[in-house]
Amino acid sequence: MTSISPLTACLALIALWGAIGLAGLLRPASLRFAGRALFLLGALCGLSLAGVAVWSLGMPTERLVLPLGLPDLPFHVRRDALTSVFLFLLGMASTGISIFAAGYFRKGTGASPGLLCLQYHLFLASMGFVLLADDAYGFMVAWETMALSSYFLVTTQHRVAEIRRAGFLYLLIAHLGAMAILLCFGVLQGGSWQFTFDAMRSAQLQPAWATIAFLLALFGFGAKAGLVPLHVWLPEAHPAAPSPVSALMSGVMLKMAVYGALRVTFDLLGEPVWWWGLVPLGIGLFTAFYGVVFAAVQTDMKRLLAYSSIENIGVAFVGVGLAVVFFGTGLKVLGALALVAALYHCLNHALMKSLLFLGTGAVLHATGERNLGKLGGLIHRMPWVAWLTLIGALAIAGLPPLNGFVSEWLLLQAFLFADDIPHSFINMLIPMSAALVVLSAALAGYVMVKFFGIIFLGTPREASLSQARDCGKLERLGLLWLACGCVALGLLPAQVIAHLNLVAEELLGTSLPSSTSSWWLLAPLPERQASYGPLVLLMAVAGVVALTFLCVRLFYHRRERRGPAWDCGFVRLDARMQDTAEGFGQPIRHIFQPFFRIERELPTPFDRAPRYRVTVSDRIWRALYEPIGSAVQWLADVCAFLQQGRIAIYLLYSFVTLIVLLAVML
Amino acid sequence: MNFSELATQVLEILAALAAAPLFLGWVNQCRAWLQNRSAPSLWLPYRSIRKLFYKDAVLAQNASALFRIAPYIVFGAMTVAAAIIPSMGTRMALSPVADAIALVGLFATARMFIALAAMDIGTAFGSLGARREMMVGFLAEPALLIIIFLASLLSATTALPAISEYLATQPLALHPSLAFTAVAFTMVLLAENARIPIDNPATHLELTMIHEALLLEYSARHLALMEWAAALKLFNYACIGFALFVPWGVATGNGPLQILVSIPVLALKLALAGAGLALIETLSAKLRVFRAPEFLATAFLFAVLGLLVHLLLGA
Repeated sequence: MTSISPLTACLALIALWGAIGLAGLLRPASLRFAGRALFLLGALCGLSLAGVAVWSLGMPTERLVLPLGLPDLPFHVRRDALTSVFLFLLGMASTGISIFAAGYFRKGTGASPGLLCLQYHLFLASMGFVLLADDAYGFMVAWETMALSSYFLVTTQHRVAEIRRAGFLYLLIAHLGAMAILLCFGVLQGGSWQFTFDAMRSAQLQPAWATIAFLLALFGFGAKAGLVPLHVWLPEAHPAAPSPVSALMSGVMLKMAVYGALRVTFDLLGEPVWWWGLVPLGIGLFTAFYGVVFAAVQTDMKRLLAYSSIENIGVAFVGVGLAVVFFGTGLKVLGALALVAALYHCLNHALMKSLLFLGTGAVLHATGERNLGKLGGLIHRMPWVAWLTLIGALAIAGLPPLNGFVSEWLLLQAFLFADDIPHSFINMLIPMSAALVVLSAALAGYVMVKFFGIIFLGTPREASLSQARDCGKLERLGLLWLACGCVALGLLPAQVIAHLNLVAEELLGTSLPSSTSSWWLLAPLPERQASYGPLVLLMAVAGVVALTFLCVRLFYHRRERRGPAWDCGFVRLDARMQDTAEGFGQPIRHIFQPFFRIERELPTPFDRAPRYRVTVSDRIWRALYEPIGSAVQWLADVCAFLQQGRIAIYLLYSFVTLIVLLAVML
Repeated sequence: MNFSELATQVLEILAALAAAPLFLGWVNQCRAWLQNRSAPSLWLPYRSIRKLFYKDAVLAQNASALFRIAPYIVFGAMTVAAAIIPSMGTRMALSPVADAIALVGLFATARMFIALAAMDIGTAFGSLGARREMMVGFLAEPALLIIIFLASLLSATTALPAISEYLATQPLALHPSLAFTAVAFTMVLLAENARIPIDNPATHLELTMIHEALLLEYSARHLALMEWAAALKLFNYACIGFALFVPWGVATGNGPLQILVSIPVLALKLALAGAGLALIETLSAKLRVFRAPEFLATAFLFAVLGLLVHLLLGA
């Protein structure tokens, strides 16, 4: 028996995803068939993909030419360490999401279950193929399939005009990005007209062209990732999509953009120039800060999470930019550290953001409400969702010992020990950037207190919330899977980094020095004495908690009474006295006022039915997109003058064209 | 890990747990003297904690499990934080487990749990307190980390014991950069520990309180743990300050004699710091809540100035 190579196994699993999708069409109207059978099969497929990815990580690079595609243009596929890491991410996240989705989709959500199943699995398969593709054609086909299938998933409830608009915006920006990526490949082939990635690796580009290719790639992948100012589609498309799809888009699809940026920068372009890194570093910092500030003032729970995704993508790009700067200036070990931090952050975010989006999905199903101002107190009604979501919220707030903290810690280590860059200006800039990263992380804590506190804690703000029921078994399992992933990535960082190191080895030719210390201790730069042992930290805190609990029980008593809330003796307490989402965001609106465009509608003292309304919107929309929109409109109006609608005029055009052509030819 | 490291570790935790309420009592006593009041007993914080443990706990009807476990988690986080900070000796068993960044993370965990617990009952004051606490938190955290960054840049490590050891064993040279950050650190300490000018620990005036608003619904053993944790937090911050700015006298070896010497040194430092804290609190007035960002932005600016001084002058 010949052994199966990991590459063929991955291809087979991706093909299986495609087949599962097609199988959905066999019985398009049957929810049971699609949900109970196909989505669970898809989850199994994702789990195997994650397994294969881990198994293949240490193996040498493999290539294959597939007999598919256009004549004379077969698809090339290749699997290396970078691919494996992202395949693992795809597999891990999609397992949890698919299990959840198996129990999630209900009747009457627009598209039929079979069609949904097709789009969903095509989406998964195309993301897998994006990672494996080794030529521009294959990559673009997969990339576009990913964009289109996700577009159809976003517009599942296509009867709502708002959702159609969100979908259109998404499609538009996705295609702007795709065009930039296509142009980037055009530059990268360097006159050889060979569009395989191998040809691009060996092409010798002039520095100016290489820079152009890098910037095009940054624009293209940045549009998909949601870097400011190309982020506008995220807060529209994520809330519009069904929750498992939001989870998949936010958790996984955004990471494909990070993958693309890494692939082009470190692999296809060869040796990146150090100052390139300043561009993603600067944009990433701004994006992180911008995203989290906006997340803090949102009132729709899924929009809040979408802005939080913008923040996290910003942080990942900060890591990428830092890696380029360090690598370009010869600080290879620090470059490896920054790269590992960025990869770790991608993995973390895939799990925790999927978890949170699925949590909002469960809340949405139980209550029918996305508006934070109409939720509250759900920890009593939906304990499973609440406690599992709490893990995700704590993780994304970057608290030890969960996973969000690990990548933040690694990134800060990379920032901190950058004391010998040969450019003194950059040397000074780097601690300032670290401060901005810290500020974003601290604000993320604020956002998560708002998110979790308003949805799950307090008293219900609407009477109908007392009818809410906890989610079903499959949904719980999906949430549990992702929560366990968050905990595992948080507690075993040394093991994860040992694997991510292989990517640094492959892309940068350097890896972090292998630490000789214990398995439970993370010490990426041993000579710096900077170490972190989450498992022991957790055990220490848990030990103290348990000991305190026992002591209190042993030496005192366990008497307790229940009574009405104290609230300084105020007796007529009601649910409307709690902070609303607007109220909770008020300090942020106050402090970061210049960021927002705020419209207020204030009641006068004489109003019979007083109305208070405040809308906070994005300045970028008005500053950038509306002028572009009106310019296009103006151009179209000018051209419309040509269309007079009379046959004689059109005949005249043809006649004049003929005359001109004759004059030119002769 | 050897026996003496373990012993130092246990000693430090116990000392922190025991001395934290005393430190708080000392600050209160100094404050009373400065304000020409007759001072409460030094042991008052212990008595009130003991009293609270004996009382029956009253929980609001809709309190969830989160509300009940939060005091234990906050107390646990503060105790473990005390274990990481080198207050007496720098050779401790737990020091490789968490560096200064993880320490800040631990504080953030405690803060998040306090804020969530305050929102759990659904009272107006609870969410108001949570919102303000998180606001002060996200403003203070970057300043605190910049301060730690500077110390890390000086000593090329982020482990707090190693930083302290490096600074303590240097020839007695005053780093100008550290002078700036010391000011910043004092401001962060005031804000993070709910002291004047950000918050008034003695007030229950509804509209101005932050820390007290968070604890409003707690009673008996839960309140005792929260109060004890707050005292521990103040103690911890004071010890971070000593580790960064006045590390002299801390035991840098394993000898029992060194540890013994470090105990009175620590007591002296705490006594002076407590008096200084009382003096600052007496001399300043409480700021409006929306002046807090300006206060903390100033702290941040001082920290950044320290960093720039270090980078430009190498000092």
